[in-house]
Amino acid sequence: MILNIFTDIHELLLGLMPENIVHITELVLIAVAYLGIFAILGLFLVWLERRIAAFFQFRLGPNRVGPMGLFQTVADALKLVSKELTGTEKADKFLYKIAPYFVITTALMSLSLIPFSYEIHAFDINIGLFFLTSVSSVGVLGIFLAGWASNNKYSLIGGMRTGIQMISYELSVGMAIVTMVVLAGTLQISEIVEIQKDGWLIYQGHIPAIIAFMIFMIAGTAESNRTPFDLVEAESELGAGFHTEYSGMNFAYYFLAEFVNLFLISSVAVILFFGGWLSPFGITDAIPFAGLFWFIIKVLGVIFIFMWFRWTFPRFRIDQLLTLEWKFLLPINMVNIVLMALMVWLGLTL
Amino acid sequence: MERIIFYIISLLIIVFAVMAVSNRNLMRSIIYLLFVLIGIAGIYFIIEFYFLGAVQLTVYAGGIIILYVNSIMLVEKINTPLDLAKFWKRLLAGAIAFVGTFLTLIAIWSYNFKTVGVEKDTSIREIGNALLGYGDKGYILPFEVISILLLAAMVGAIVIAKTKKIQNIKNKTNIL
Repeated sequence: MILNIFTDIHELLLGLMPENIVHITELVLIAVAYLGIFAILGLFLVWLERRIAAFFQFRLGPNRVGPMGLFQTVADALKLVSKELTGTEKADKFLYKIAPYFVITTALMSLSLIPFSYEIHAFDINIGLFFLTSVSSVGVLGIFLAGWASNNKYSLIGGMRTGIQMISYELSVGMAIVTMVVLAGTLQISEIVEIQKDGWLIYQGHIPAIIAFMIFMIAGTAESNRTPFDLVEAESELGAGFHTEYSGMNFAYYFLAEFVNLFLISSVAVILFFGGWLSPFGITDAIPFAGLFWFIIKVLGVIFIFMWFRWTFPRFRIDQLLTLEWKFLLPINMVNIVLMALMVWLGLTL
Repeated sequence: MERIIFYIISLLIIVFAVMAVSNRNLMRSIIYLLFVLIGIAGIYFIIEFYFLGAVQLTVYAGGIIILYVNSIMLVEKINTPLDLAKFWKRLLAGAIAFVGTFLTLIAIWSYNFKTVGVEKDTSIREIGNALLGYGDKGYILPFEVISILLLAAMVGAIVIAKTKKIQNIKNKTNIL
């Protein structure tokens, strides 16, 4: 059966080399697999965004390269790889070159915590969600540094805006997560999913959970720098924002990381509110690896909502953005946490 | 294998720490400092204190460093490398550092360390119970004191932000 595929690989490797080296080899194999997932996810989501954009605007979108234009983004990536890497003359070269890797590394580290199904889960520690937020809080630095090291006024303004935006909205994302953790009673991602066998958390926690979900979606949009909160790269004001001076593969890193972050936000939403890999009403619990299917379907659903936002709402101004966070979302969130704690305490959860 | 990883991380921490203090470009110093802090988080992860490691990442790498980056961008001469100190000052600093290292090394080598495995349960549940426990091995008092300190800091920040606004309005009314 497919279920045994991982143990088969493990035993095959054990036959080939001593135990110590098998451990290291497996680590490397998992890392390579996740790099593959990272690249495929990025490319696929870029294609999806373009198709959905076209759908909303009554266009066709990319449809020439491969079936339904699926290989368009692969072709784009090949073009980007072959391009010359340009840089600015008076920029701080070291920081300029190192900046994209902050974004890439943190996105990749966060990806390792995402459970694709019961069987496919690379790193399951008991502080899972906290680790996820703490790792992604380092990613902001990549954007800060890119803005600073490019030696370009548009980049600098873009970078500073992102810094402010991401630091503020991290608070809302974190507090929405805390609200759900109060209900779930654990930070370990696999346990959070297991708890939802009797009903997804958005059902178990009803009113506060729905409020938390809405806050999470708003703050998640801001956290991944998407419209209506894409002030970072407001084209009409700042050119391309913090990555104006980046070209070729360095630009592609930012581009890919942005879409992988979108996937991360969506999968955290799925884990916290919609039962992770669990099938609705447990209809396919007996089939191994069916969780993968459900997880992907749910995540794509949430991603579709995010993309829907993009073509529905106009862009905010920076002061409106900060007012929304500090004067509305944060107080609502604090009240919501107390409400959720009261509900759990009084046993009013479903 | 853990031993090898530990040595690699320690070496990186030392190298980056030296680079952080010896580099004359402020922005780069901060980035080297960031690497040092991430390395320390890595050591926490090796000894399986995941919570402490994650806190290290959030508070230092994600919080303090970003604060530093923000405040350093306000410094005037950020693009020019820092001036070197006078020769005798450098000599004095070097001598003090040397004596300090020497004393620390003596202290470390003369102490008889015991190897201890991970015995403590460091799951988040245990930490939560310990932080809010008021019996034996409970830390409720420090926890509450820190909460009040944080609250005072937040109220102070709001007050400072408010007074400026009030003064501005007063000035404007005076002009009018």
